[in-house]
Amino acid sequence: MNGTGNIVALKPFPDAARLELDDAQLRANLRRATHTIRDKRLRVVGEVDDWEALRRAGAAIKDDVLARLPELLEQFEASVTRAGAVVHWARDADEACEIVTRLVQETAAREVVKVKSMATQEIGLNEALEAVGIEATETDLAELIVQLADDTPSHILVPAIHYNRSQIRDIFRSRMPGAAADLTDDPPALAEAARKHLRAKFLSATVGVSGANFAIADTGTLVVVESEGNGRMCLTLPQTLISVVGIEKILPTFAELEVFLQLLPRSSTGERMNPYTSMWTGVTPGDGPQATHVVLIDNGRTATLGDEVGRQALRCIRCSACLNVCPVYERVGGHAYGSVYPGPIGAILSPQMTGEGANKTLPYASSLCGACFDACPVRIDIPQVLVHLRQKGPKPPAERAAFRSLAWIMRDRRRYAAALRAARRGSAPLRGFGRLRRLPWPASAWTDSRDVPLPPKQTFREWWAKR
Amino acid sequence: MSDARTEILARVRARRPASAPPVPRDYRRDVPGIDVVEVLVDRLADYKAGVHRASAVSLADVLGGLLTASSTVVVPPGLPASWIPGPVLRDSPGAPVPVAALDAPGVTVVTGVAVAIAVTGTLILDAAPDQGRRVLSLVPDHHVCVVWMDQICGGVPAALGRLTDPARPLTLISGPSATSDIELNRVEGVHGPRRLDVVIATR
Ligand code: SF4
Repeated sequence: MNGTGNIVALKPFPDAARLELDDAQLRANLRRATHTIRDKRLRVVGEVDDWEALRRAGAAIKDDVLARLPELLEQFEASVTRAGAVVHWARDADEACEIVTRLVQETAAREVVKVKSMATQEIGLNEALEAVGIEATETDLAELIVQLADDTPSHILVPAIHYNRSQIRDIFRSRMPGAAADLTDDPPALAEAARKHLRAKFLSATVGVSGANFAIADTGTLVVVESEGNGRMCLTLPQTLISVVGIEKILPTFAELEVFLQLLPRSSTGERMNPYTSMWTGVTPGDGPQATHVVLIDNGRTATLGDEVGRQALRCIRCSACLNVCPVYERVGGHAYGSVYPGPIGAILSPQMTGEGANKTLPYASSLCGACFDACPVRIDIPQVLVHLRQKGPKPPAERAAFRSLAWIMRDRRRYAAALRAARRGSAPLRGFGRLRRLPWPASAWTDSRDVPLPPKQTFREWWAKR
Repeated sequence: MSDARTEILARVRARRPASAPPVPRDYRRDVPGIDVVEVLVDRLADYKAGVHRASAVSLADVLGGLLTASSTVVVPPGLPASWIPGPVLRDSPGAPVPVAALDAPGVTVVTGVAVAIAVTGTLILDAAPDQGRRVLSLVPDHHVCVVWMDQICGGVPAALGRLTDPARPLTLISGPSATSDIELNRVEGVHGPRRLDVVIATR
């Protein structure tokens, strides 16, 4: 039973990467962002004397969870049911989307507000809801930017990392209802515009949809870690709350949070603690949603669990530290991985969850430098799993050639420039809202199903050369 | 075909590792050698929260000073009446304050806290009577939180261990709401309260 949804890359990594490498703006934004978060992370991790002890505990707790997963899932189900929630199980993305869609339809709501959640992106929930006429509004600022731009996230934690402030202003001005025509690109002004836009939706929404960072077996508690307060709004104001949770998110006891609430914020945003963490257990009369649902999803997780070496990927707490230290990610960005899980973790998680398809090239999307292992708060040995998957997987000559061509492109800056000029010429008649709807053959197979960023009119290097 | 629950649990059972080594617990349960009050003050200031000191005697005056510009002061059901001399809008299970009233301009909410964490600058609210429903500390633009010194723990393990009932709705607050989504510039005040004032008080 393989996972389905937005984890199946439609294009082999090297082909997708070649397109992304052509985007100088994307690379500049990514470089600045990943280096900034990386430095912050190092500073706050350095403050914690027992960091290595916490990492070892975090890894071991997760391994213990995998060994006891059936019992812990049943215990979680019993606890959260006792607390007033309804539990649903979904084998794959389609089944999960069907369940959530049905639950929303039963409330007669035409609109839902969403907390940023990898699981709902993974199953393609927004698209499924849209197909039956239910509008799903992403309320995390970065997710909102990406959604308004008709784009896909490029980073687990900062999904709009590939946009700079003036691009965000342009997206708001042209796509956000009620945005002022003279909106500036000052970050506080942009944040204020998003606040106004979303406020009305929060106060009127009757259904909220979330994921969860952790699901506690002994108490039935769900945990959401966030920054902006949009999560609290979605978890508190609606009458109905539906949470989509991967089966590997279980922790045995509430006390284990003492480890993970230290590891996660410092590894992800590089803060001592994220601004807001919400924990709720079923239904509390008079406080928050009075109907709560938990949809437990497999979607390829049990396939991953069966591999002795590869199963450590299920320890992942989605902090994104491995993305920020990865030299390959820094150059190609998140889109090239063709999955909602990009970067080093995506390279080992997506192929295992999906079992086959273009994802087979993902284990080659790494230089095996080892920086990801050092950064990982739950000690996932990503290079070890990559090597294992490369050995295990079929090695058709085309894939080897593809990996070589990726290395070839990354090695030489002149080739970026040549590829970029070619892409720009090809796209001249297609310029619209700064995105390409369709690339000329042979890239058309990819753009048939998704948009790619338009290459800039002039690269920095061309501009520099003309001076 | 069996139902999803049966099938998933069967697959998990068939594929899980046989066992896992014991969990090493050599991380610290407390943070030795720090002045928890000083560290908490430092962290809160770093998050751009306002920090104030009071005694049991001066608390009402200190709070009064923070509330001069407020249009309405909302309090949870169990907040001691003596803390705020002026008129308040008291939330109660029988007469909950409507969300629209909480959203009005200039509203301040005053709450207590369950536990605070010094090294992370975190306030933990557990919906006890002096903290109230989650929405009270979420929708108003200004949150004033009173922390008694003996509620401050050094680190995360000690603080979580002090919570009396983890099944209550819990909110961990570390500074005003913030985003770093635009070129990683930190902008305070997105959807939660844009101002957070913390009063650290001695009993
Ligand atoms: S693999 Fe490790 S570093 Fe990467 S996102 Fe997951 S937990 Fe974080």
